[in-house]
Amino acid sequence: MIKIARLFLALVLVFLYLPIVVMAAMGFNASPLYALPFDFTTHWYQELAGNGRLIEAGWNSIWLAVLTSVIATALGTLAALALWRRTFRGRSILRILLLPPIAIPWLITGTAMLVFFFWTGIGRGLHAMLIGHVALAIPYVVLVVGTGLQTLRADLEEAAMSLGSTPIHAFFRVTLPLLLPSIVGAALFAFAVSLDQFVISYFLSVPGMTTLPVEIYSAIRKGFTPEINAISTILLVASMIVILGFARFARPGGIGERS
Amino acid sequence: MSGVDVTAVAKSYGATKVLTDITQSFESSSFTSLLGPSGSGKTTLLRIIAGFVAPDEGAVRIAGADVTGVPVHARNIGMVFQSYALFPHMSVAANVGFGLGRRGIRGKVAKAQVDEALEMVRLPGFGGRYPRQLSGGQQQRVALARAIVIRPDVLLLDEPLSALDRRLRQEMQVELLRIQRESGLTTIFVTHDQEEALTLSDKVAILDRGRIVQMGRPAEVYERPRTKFAAEFLGDANFLTGKIRGNTVEIAGATIATQDALPADGTSVTVAVRPEKIAIRPADSAGNDALENRLPATVSSVIYTGTALTYMLRTGDLHLKVFAQNSDGSPLAAGSAVVLSWAARHSVMVEG
Repeated sequence: MIKIARLFLALVLVFLYLPIVVMAAMGFNASPLYALPFDFTTHWYQELAGNGRLIEAGWNSIWLAVLTSVIATALGTLAALALWRRTFRGRSILRILLLPPIAIPWLITGTAMLVFFFWTGIGRGLHAMLIGHVALAIPYVVLVVGTGLQTLRADLEEAAMSLGSTPIHAFFRVTLPLLLPSIVGAALFAFAVSLDQFVISYFLSVPGMTTLPVEIYSAIRKGFTPEINAISTILLVASMIVILGFARFARPGGIGERS
Repeated sequence: MSGVDVTAVAKSYGATKVLTDITQSFESSSFTSLLGPSGSGKTTLLRIIAGFVAPDEGAVRIAGADVTGVPVHARNIGMVFQSYALFPHMSVAANVGFGLGRRGIRGKVAKAQVDEALEMVRLPGFGGRYPRQLSGGQQQRVALARAIVIRPDVLLLDEPLSALDRRLRQEMQVELLRIQRESGLTTIFVTHDQEEALTLSDKVAILDRGRIVQMGRPAEVYERPRTKFAAEFLGDANFLTGKIRGNTVEIAGATIATQDALPADGTSVTVAVRPEKIAIRPADSAGNDALENRLPATVSSVIYTGTALTYMLRTGDLHLKVFAQNSDGSPLAAGSAVVLSWAARHSVMVEG
């Protein structure tokens, strides 16, 4: 039984990773038509270096993801603290309302944002994409930080206060250090949500000022070149580093507190 | 000088009255237990003294100063929580030194005081460890060291032993008492464990539905319970209800003698008798004792625990319980006719 299960798991992994490996390999293949035999070259990476549009879109993506991550993490952490540590009217409704945005198809969210931003005069462009990405990322941050807060005993802050800490001192000395793994995890999550975002970026971008996924999409429509493979590989490696960082900091099961 | 004074404190959550008009003094250097079932308000009272809960009415004074409006961090209290609440990201030394740091005591002086506190709880040399590397009992000691090292005006303990297993709990009771005596701290201890309250305390306060129904030395509260609730919650009790005639209480088929001052003839009263105060003998044996009260009864069942026996008895429609020593090795069988007897001073008149 176990052998079959292992084989099955191996097949799943092959199925997932093989296309990616082929994609990355083709970025190092000389043929522009993806023809075999394999002939190693770094030509496409050199071409990419000269492709201003792709490079600029890449930087846009990274800056957008960094800003989204910082803003969404700050706002989301504050929201999580309010939703899990304070009691006020409508708290449970607000908690439940966090979930639908994760499930609503991005196409619908994107359309709604486009209409709303047009109507309010916010318009389109990188600033609109930033607002959109932050709005998308906040529920993830609240959920990750909220889960971390739930594993953190509320009486730790009380203990600090009984020893002479003001509420603010207790927060910075006790709660924040213990919550940090969750906050770092949430920040990486927000970063990934923004970096991967296509649909909303596509709706809210203006020509010539867009993110990498949107740029790749328009490039593909004009015809493939292995330059796409090259930049995809770079993006893939960057994403992998972020995900591994996530796994390293946000250990499942919280902060390793045992009693 | 008084350690802690609570005056006319009341607290409600919405329509639920948690505490009603609590006025109580906790003497300096004394060990007082707040004993009551869950929901009796004992934890709320402790949290009001600590400052985590603001009372709706009344005042709290600690070491003579009114602290009713003072936040927790400015009160100079030491508190031990049920879950210990040690900071998991700090070493034992950092945990114990936390309160000293808040008081501006750092460096060598702080280290010496931390070492002294760890010495006192018998954990010398544990400063470099982390809470997760300690057993439950050790964590408990660290929590205690952290609370006493700051020399608080009052030490507040919120069921600190309830998470420990029985053997460790008894060991910690002894330790807790020793530390309290050595440090001389005014201590208020919340518990629902009656045995713990009796063993540890100078004074026991019994809480029932938001009121302190009785407070006194453990033996005083145990021997002379004032209410039915106090008699029942602290130990076991048999209740005999009847009408007063002269200086006795008439119940179905017998008259009960007591030394308590009784109200007027004809008043209905309840008398409590502790099960271990009652002597039991077969009905046909000679009754040559000097005990004033005598009550014929039938054994319904007997619980045999080796050293002791618990008799469940019946007289009329009244059910009684008697604890006896297993001194002659042959317990009376169920169905035996017996005579129960006890001294008049053990018939304690109780309210409601």
